[in-house]
Amino acid sequence: MDIKDIIKPENLVYKNTELMTDNTLSYCPGCGHGTAHNVLMGVIEEMGIVEDTIGVAPVGCSVLAYEFMDIDMQQAAHGRAPAVATAIARTWPDKYVFTYQGDGDLAAIGTAETIHACNRGENIVIIFVNNGIYGMTGGQMAPTTLPNMPSSTSPYGRDTATTGFPLKITELVANLPGVYSASRHAVHTHKHVRKAKKAIEKAFKDTRLKKGLSIIEIVSNCNSGWKMQPRQSNTWMEENMFPYYELGDIKVNGKLVNKQ
Amino acid sequence: MAELKLMKGNEALAEAAIRAGVDAYFGYPITPQTEIIEYLMMEQPEKRTGMVVLQAESEVAAINMVYGAAGTGKRVFTSSSSPGISLKQEGISYMAGAEIPAVVVNVVRGGPGLGTIQPSQADYFQSVKGGGHGDYKLYVLAPASVQEMADFVEDAFDIAFKYMAPVLILSDGLIGQMMEKVYLKEQKPRWTDEEIYKMHNDWATFGRKNGRERNIITSLDLKSEKMEKRVHRLYKKYAQMEEEDLRYETIQCEDAEYIIVAYGSSARIAQKTVDLARAKGIKVGLLRPITLFPFPKKQLMELTKQVKGILSVELNTGQMVEDVRLAVEHKVPVEHFGRTGGIIHTPEEILEALQQKLIKG
Repeated sequence: MDIKDIIKPENLVYKNTELMTDNTLSYCPGCGHGTAHNVLMGVIEEMGIVEDTIGVAPVGCSVLAYEFMDIDMQQAAHGRAPAVATAIARTWPDKYVFTYQGDGDLAAIGTAETIHACNRGENIVIIFVNNGIYGMTGGQMAPTTLPNMPSSTSPYGRDTATTGFPLKITELVANLPGVYSASRHAVHTHKHVRKAKKAIEKAFKDTRLKKGLSIIEIVSNCNSGWKMQPRQSNTWMEENMFPYYELGDIKVNGKLVNKQ
Repeated sequence: MAELKLMKGNEALAEAAIRAGVDAYFGYPITPQTEIIEYLMMEQPEKRTGMVVLQAESEVAAINMVYGAAGTGKRVFTSSSSPGISLKQEGISYMAGAEIPAVVVNVVRGGPGLGTIQPSQADYFQSVKGGGHGDYKLYVLAPASVQEMADFVEDAFDIAFKYMAPVLILSDGLIGQMMEKVYLKEQKPRWTDEEIYKMHNDWATFGRKNGRERNIITSLDLKSEKMEKRVHRLYKKYAQMEEEDLRYETIQCEDAEYIIVAYGSSARIAQKTVDLARAKGIKVGLLRPITLFPFPKKQLMELTKQVKGILSVELNTGQMVEDVRLAVEHKVPVEHFGRTGGIIHTPEEILEALQQKLIKG
């Protein structure tokens, strides 16, 4: 049976946007990437900006994002998407430019490019999908992996004494004046999808107004890497990821949100 | 307006880039090429032509900025010197794989490691044998004067866009730092957005215009058959470069009994050696490869019919000499002479080496 036999029109509740291609997603069943893609493409479709939007794909699970997003895209070297996007935005100041990156790409190998694009206040949108693990290479420890969480390179659980604590890079870059807005979201429920979509739309509008950089973090699951069933992984995410990576606004219109 | 000026090689290259209508430069300071970014910042080309100049946080970021902007059909370049060029190799390999036209300038200093800030030609292997990972080559232009530092910018962009490939200008600390008079061409306009939409609509990622299919810039092909096809496509380009875009210069080779092969600053010095030798009655000629890839292989083979020996003169311990030997297939003796560590050979030293290694020996 083909995937198109399963997803018959009469079974559809939410349909893909026109800007998602018909290619079968390369993500594991249950993974949040597909929804994150759909939300992002939905914003571009509704804003009617496909002719002026360029996306930059990372290295990691979403390396093939350009196979699914029906827009002009570049695939960047590991961690370098913010540098690639910087140059596109600088040479085409009237375009919308975004990066779509995972936590290994953005918060480990690409830390320098991330921080400096943020610090320069580049007019780009960073969509940062944080699942606390390296998914593509098979579940290794990421800078975002939770304390004591097992991975293939921390098989006895992440030891914070030797590997440090999970990096809250969105909070870190939110402190830079170049970052106009920073917020953390999820896409595993309709309620969360609606909030994420609103934030992404605002981010695109703000870059057009030359407000600086906006970063949208999406805390997501990695059921394969976490060795869980999809539904179980979402529950685990709510119970373990959300307390550490608190959802909500971190910086709004240039002002840090005071969380006591 | 065209004009004649006295300039450093690095400055001439920067000025020529503005005048050629280049869209953007991304770089990071490193001796002995920092004058390129300094000159561009001082000139404010955003006011002259709209050209973007940005100091990146690293050479790694700079080359990836080139990747991004060049992938939208803009004419973009970066420059650095040896240790910085090593850092750029990842990006250069990606650009070769993704078939992105761009220009990279290496004003070579001594290595390995941090080496020295003095001139060197020790990056020959890195430049012509790949440099980064994977099956690819770069078209490599080697300027031997301040004039060529200026002229090769436009030539490099022409080749980059003809073949959809990154092109390397391989200079060195001597050519970059020395001052000579240079003829600067008139200002050319940058391509307008509309011109880019028209010229590069079939590949560039400037936004999916007028309902066309999406354009994708990537070097990834997970299907082996497709990846092999991609690599073969690259190698077809390299074969075409060898056929159509080889450049070299011969000086007094017609009656030469001995040939010096040298490029860049070594060629400038060896030119004097040719005069010194001829004053002593030794018939020496100079073959100067202007492109290091493609390499003048056939021309060297042709010269074996008349010469008794070839001396490869380089500011290194023997790199290009390997390609000279491959080209002449042992038909005549091929020797190497070079200084390294930042020392420049004198014309007299080169003549002495030629006499000892090829004539007396």
